[in-house]
Amino acid sequence: MNDKVDVLIIGSGASGAAVAWSLADTKMRILCLEQGDWMKQSDFPSNGTDYAAQLFRDYATSPNIRRRPSDYPINDDASPIKVVNFNAVGGSTVMYTAHYPRLHPSDFKVRSLDGVADDWPIDYRVLEPFFTENDRMMGTSGLAGDPAYPAHALMMPPLPLGRTGTKIARTMNTLGWHWWPSDTVLATTEYEGRAPCINLGHCTPACAQGAKASTDITYWPNAIRAGVELRTNCRVREITVGADGMANGVVYYDANDVEQFQAAEVVIVACNGVGTPRLLLNSVSGKFPNGLANSSGLVGKNLMFHPWTQIYGYVDEPMDGHRGPPLCIWSQEFYETDPSRDFVRGFNLQFNRGMPVATEAVNTEAAGLVPWGDGHHDAFRALVGHRLTVGVCSEDLPEEHNRVTLDPVLKDRHGIPAPKIEYTIGDNTNRMLDFAVARARDIMQAAGARHVDVVRPLPLSGWHLLGTARMGNDPERSVVNGWGRSHDVKNLFIVDGSVFVTGGGVNPTSTIQAVALYIADQIKQRLATLFD
Amino acid sequence: MTDETLTATEIADLRCLAGMIVPASAKYNVPGADDDAIFADLLNSIERDTDHVRAALAALRERAGGSFADLDVGRRGEVAAGLRAEGGVPLAVLTRNVLLCYYRDARVLRSLGLEARPPFPGGHVVDQGDWSLLDQVRTRPPFWRAVP
Repeated sequence: MNDKVDVLIIGSGASGAAVAWSLADTKMRILCLEQGDWMKQSDFPSNGTDYAAQLFRDYATSPNIRRRPSDYPINDDASPIKVVNFNAVGGSTVMYTAHYPRLHPSDFKVRSLDGVADDWPIDYRVLEPFFTENDRMMGTSGLAGDPAYPAHALMMPPLPLGRTGTKIARTMNTLGWHWWPSDTVLATTEYEGRAPCINLGHCTPACAQGAKASTDITYWPNAIRAGVELRTNCRVREITVGADGMANGVVYYDANDVEQFQAAEVVIVACNGVGTPRLLLNSVSGKFPNGLANSSGLVGKNLMFHPWTQIYGYVDEPMDGHRGPPLCIWSQEFYETDPSRDFVRGFNLQFNRGMPVATEAVNTEAAGLVPWGDGHHDAFRALVGHRLTVGVCSEDLPEEHNRVTLDPVLKDRHGIPAPKIEYTIGDNTNRMLDFAVARARDIMQAAGARHVDVVRPLPLSGWHLLGTARMGNDPERSVVNGWGRSHDVKNLFIVDGSVFVTGGGVNPTSTIQAVALYIADQIKQRLATLFD
Repeated sequence: MTDETLTATEIADLRCLAGMIVPASAKYNVPGADDDAIFADLLNSIERDTDHVRAALAALRERAGGSFADLDVGRRGEVAAGLRAEGGVPLAVLTRNVLLCYYRDARVLRSLGLEARPPFPGGHVVDQGDWSLLDQVRTRPPFWRAVP
């Protein structure tokens, strides 16, 4: 069972799946170890009337609440933003909202353009063909022609504007601000065996229709058909190294919790911006006493989250409410640096539809908008289905004190030390959020919204786990080189959001996957000299 | 290990409080959250939140000076209002459970004009909306920041 493989990939989520598929055409023996299992659409929350409650149970976004056997605990007490993820085949793409913007060209050159952080060693132009390839594999929907982006094609038409999108669009036109239908990977027509979206209204905790592109239904069927082996319920404890300092395999616990060793010629880590540093820091040896690939001391540092702030209010006319995907339209009006502001970089505004009726009840009660007792029904019925929500996806700059370390006490069920998160929102980002909240209030006011309130930051919003094993040309200032190979261990690659040098101000999955495909392409092009 | 079974006193207090959070309404022809079916659903659903619910009920009992359910109606209102004003995670979790169960009851959903069914497989209809609004944005020249 555990014969040596050519390539061992750890993690089957957004990046691991893309790399596995891309490398499959080399005909190398490729194995992926995934700590979770295959998910079944028939088990997803939208199949039941308790679908809203599942967000607080088996489909909670936080692993600390969800506590599935595949999950590992995370000590995020020292962070205002809590980590959210999912551990299964497809990783967190099973439980994301499928918002699919690309990073902008300026995001790769923030040092050159704005004098902060660092430039990436690669840029938008380098990634463009991989964005395109990934768009085809994941199946993007949207509308070409957004003036906020370089031209790019989309595979399917956009999601409907609906009542909510129309209301926001009219408001944004009044203000003279940009808006555009969001790029998503929700199928709006039949696409590569996926059924089109039927507006279940509950995309994040997995799509029962299968319209949402999670990699278990996009990349993985293709990768497996091409010969990649995917071994589930296998949690990797550490990457091992030989006397030559090269990675020679991993120790993992199999589905029966039995310790196993898997030998490999090449190890590719795709465990996300928290799981990857956790694994590297747990992989200590005489040669690497501070964790694998950590000669720079930067493994786990520079964690970026995109501090998410939500502004919401209620309008008189009925909106889409619980119907339709949350995704709707975005605005990039304030994305690029404007020297007249007191911050650099920017943010993306995302306008969402409503939420399940029961969730709206919970939120309005918690916000004090709906009383207990006799006034409950009148108050709630005046609000339900009338919500407008603006999400601010803000750029946070890399700061070394924002980091992932190993918790000295907390362990997962296999006894592996758990990650500990320490994070504070930086000054630049706080000034950015001040500005963003003011603009979102402008929008709410122009829309005639009442009961406007702000959640800053949204606590359970740590979806975007970036920067903790950054790429760069300088081994003292980065963990991997410009094509994903560890500076320290020449047969070790990292392909997930950990390698981001800066985070931009948009959801990162599209870029994570484009980077993963780029690294896979580099591996293929350099096979003869891969370890030089 | 969490003992997921509430005591009879805790159940009586919880039912009483649930009915105060969401009372029945003749105006909307809906039951309260203390309705037999809704409350049974609630008891079956608390699961991993039992510790928080139990903590909230303990705080309620402390304020009541004994059984909350045994208080007269006026005193119950005072105690419940005090508990809500104090807030805290346990009460938030209790209230969340009450509302999640209440707003999936078929009678309640129908009263809101909604179908009492899961989202899948029926889905929902969302209108395309007014795409002509995009004409104004289409005229805007590209404004992404070019990189040398």
